[in-house]
Amino acid sequence: MAADARGHQDRIDAWAIGAILVAGIYCSLWGAANATDSAFAIQMWTALAAFLVGAVLLTGFIGRGGTGNQSTRYENGVVKAGVVASMFWGIAGFLVGVVIAAQLAFPNIFYFEEWGWTNFGRLRPLHTSAVIFAFGGNVLIATSFYVVQRTCRARLAGGLWPWFVFWGYQLFIVMAGTGYLLGITEGREYAEPPWYTDIWLTLVWVAYLLVFLGTIWKRQEKHIYVANWFYLAFIVTVAMLHIVNNMAVPVSFSGWFSYSLFSGVQDALTQWWYGHNAVGFFLTAGFLGIMYYFIPKQADRPVYSYRLSIIHFWALIFLYIWAGPHHLHYTALPQWAQTLGATFSIMLWMPSWGGMINGLMTLSGAWDKLRTDPVLRMLVVSVAFYGMSTFEGPVMSIRAVNSLSHYTDWTIGHVHSGALGWVGFVSFGALYCLVPWLWKRKRLYSNALVEWHFWLSTIGIVLYITSMWVAGIMQGLMWRAYNEFGFLEYAFVETVEAMHPYYIIRALGGTLFLLGAIIMAYNLWRTATSKEPAHTRASDVPAAAVAAE
Amino acid sequence: MTYEQATHFAQTWGLALLAVCFGLALIYALWPGNKKKFDQAARSPLDDGGDDNG
Repeated sequence: MAADARGHQDRIDAWAIGAILVAGIYCSLWGAANATDSAFAIQMWTALAAFLVGAVLLTGFIGRGGTGNQSTRYENGVVKAGVVASMFWGIAGFLVGVVIAAQLAFPNIFYFEEWGWTNFGRLRPLHTSAVIFAFGGNVLIATSFYVVQRTCRARLAGGLWPWFVFWGYQLFIVMAGTGYLLGITEGREYAEPPWYTDIWLTLVWVAYLLVFLGTIWKRQEKHIYVANWFYLAFIVTVAMLHIVNNMAVPVSFSGWFSYSLFSGVQDALTQWWYGHNAVGFFLTAGFLGIMYYFIPKQADRPVYSYRLSIIHFWALIFLYIWAGPHHLHYTALPQWAQTLGATFSIMLWMPSWGGMINGLMTLSGAWDKLRTDPVLRMLVVSVAFYGMSTFEGPVMSIRAVNSLSHYTDWTIGHVHSGALGWVGFVSFGALYCLVPWLWKRKRLYSNALVEWHFWLSTIGIVLYITSMWVAGIMQGLMWRAYNEFGFLEYAFVETVEAMHPYYIIRALGGTLFLLGAIIMAYNLWRTATSKEPAHTRASDVPAAAVAAE
Repeated sequence: MTYEQATHFAQTWGLALLAVCFGLALIYALWPGNKKKFDQAARSPLDDGGDDNG
């Protein structure tokens, strides 16, 4: 009877998703036929191909019996797909990062006049979107689907819809990325995709929210574990930010260009309200969900203080949303709004460090595990970087400091200590945990390779952030240096020349980070495909032993 | 509503409302009666009984 009900539900899901695909096919074909420029036409043909492939996949899925085969307690397939996609996009994103770092260090070698798509201006958003949304987003979707099922003791809700979320999100990434290469951009930082890609992401994101909420709704546990609160805050807030920041009027439905609904300083504030909360809720809240599940799980100890985790959560929610204006110091934004942004940024020290302490102290009494378990060490170092970059950020939001740091490479260094150190390492740690758990292996293929990854990446990050500190502060000081006649001491190009050695060091740091990720991909691949007999995950077996500790 | 009225509201009643909401969250987190529930919740990822046997 349960199988019948599932079959019935599958048919409804298939009709609904099928309707979306047919609408997509129709719209993209219409767009391709009426395109006012060739870039838009290429985008529409790409979308058309994707929707047709989607229709084939959907038909095949139903043909194979849909979701009827539920031999396992939890839905693992879509999480596995997310792990593979994360690793793929991660390496792609890091690689583009290394390329643009090389372009900055050696502009004469890596400049191809006849290939517009290789220009720094197009590759830079490709890099940021690939690492944040493609890598980070897939990690968040995969881990959230994993965590919500385990902590709610419920199978993922929505039948076919999690797969719609997964593939729909990949389509968003492909549309956004290829769009940048074609020269299509809305010119809003971290929100560069054009209006039709934004609409598609909204649809996918609402489906993601409903799948997540549906799973929480049918939970077998009374209390909703704190990691899910962080994931839910991430999903809900990103939906709100995305919709408000991308309110725009297309010039034509057969072209990619659109105008923002806001103008002037309101537009700028909307953009940085979005931009900073993308950091706060995408790159922080979501990954804190990872921290609150994977560190306790891997360390085999409950979180240090559950109360602190609740205070961490609500303090973050109440404070982060106001911090955006610190991106607009010394602009047309009213002074009180700038001060508000800086004040709330400084108040964020408290939840950030509370959260860091909570993550680190979870290991109290088990610190020896850091010596033997490189995966746990990666997770713990990520929390240390979380503390470090959330200390640096508020300092930089103070107006006086900002007058030196803004527009310099110090900002780039700050972002990367958070992105590589915190987001990168916590994601790597989660993926290293997930692959043996999902593919039912006793352990990873090689812990030695994890050590290599850990040290290469750590050295890479240190090279990156120290070189950018030196370059950024030097750059800021050179810009504001006056001679005794009141003239600027340095021409702009002299600051560029002075930064050359640091740009080379930065490119080297990025290369080491990329190398570490490639080693990781090899290690995970060997783990998943190893011939070792399948095994339930190690931490499941000695539950009694843990309680006795 | 003018700009002045909006900012005045935000800087007085809006601020008070958020402070009260946050205070409620703090009370919830620190309420002694909730301790047992939270201790159980903290163990929830560890006591999940595994993927297949439950």
